[in-house]
Amino acid sequence: MVNIIWAFLAIVGIVYAMFNGTMDEVNKAIFESANEAVTLSIGLISVLVFWLGIMKIAEEAGILKGLARAFRPIVVRLFPEIPKDHPAIGYILSNITANVFGLGNAATPMGIKAMEQMKQLSGSDEASRSMITFLAINTSSLTLIPTTVIAIRMQYDSISPTEIVGTTIIATLISTLSAIMIDRIFYYRSTWRK
Amino acid sequence: MIFISQVSIWIIPLFIMLVLLVATWRKVPSYELFVEGGKEGVKMAFSLLPFLVGMIVAIAIFRSSGALDAIIGLISPILLFFGVPPEIVPLALVKPISGSAALGVTTELIATHGPDSFIGRLASTMQGSTDTTLYILTVYFGAVGIRKMGYALKVGLLADLIGIIAAIVIVTLVFG
Repeated sequence: MVNIIWAFLAIVGIVYAMFNGTMDEVNKAIFESANEAVTLSIGLISVLVFWLGIMKIAEEAGILKGLARAFRPIVVRLFPEIPKDHPAIGYILSNITANVFGLGNAATPMGIKAMEQMKQLSGSDEASRSMITFLAINTSSLTLIPTTVIAIRMQYDSISPTEIVGTTIIATLISTLSAIMIDRIFYYRSTWRK
Repeated sequence: MIFISQVSIWIIPLFIMLVLLVATWRKVPSYELFVEGGKEGVKMAFSLLPFLVGMIVAIAIFRSSGALDAIIGLISPILLFFGVPPEIVPLALVKPISGSAALGVTTELIATHGPDSFIGRLASTMQGSTDTTLYILTVYFGAVGIRKMGYALKVGLLADLIGIIAAIVIVTLVFG
């Protein structure tokens, strides 16, 4: 699916540029955006190194296991395929906690670690049920404080920059709950087929 | 509100302190473990690089050719019929695909319509309420080498759609 979308974006863009006379812009965009993507990846190194370093200590010190035990009831229900004391549960919880507090950059490395653990559990290059549930929760973003948006609103002299926090929380809760439900519906549909 | 913003400032330093306290208490070699974990971070950033370059360039081609604007022009009459303001359409379409592009669209909408306008509030709510499905899919599955994604993309995009509808309904109810 990603292969199709990816190729579609580029092919349609180039074909459209032929008729729209924007080939010059496209040509420029290819190299500028590639450059931008590399800068972004390099920029990720600092955060990834620091958080994975801290998380490694947390893991060895048994903190992730402690977290996993505390929130076990909820997460075990959401991820029935993962054994109760598996480190994946701890990473999933750290990822969700970081997202809730708006630490998107801190959430990513923990999310990737969670994925690694889940891949070890499934042992194939196919997305497992838990991986998809985890992605569904992540893509619907459980943010409590939309810091970037508040900052932009402040820049444009909003009377009340934080007034959208309430509506954002409600919208987030609805999208996360529906993501979990949609994920369940798709899972049960796929098991019925088999 | 003040409490929540205070919590978000304190949480990272407190978390680091807690980790280091527990590690020292349990006689875990904290600095050595930090370095060990950090090395994984370097590897991870480099393994992400080609995924990001590929996706960001494809989106840039699509945007710069004018194809994105053309699609928005095609779709907006249908959405207008359902009471969705057409100004918001670019954001709704870009949001699942590219986070930085969506932030750009949100900033532009807030600048044009004002942060306290209906469009400004709706854009702000939408920006905060869903994440970029395609980016998360690319990064998470890419980093661990998942090739068959199953129904993950469908679930993510459907949840995005519901998030956008929820944002429109709630902003209309609260600020309408």
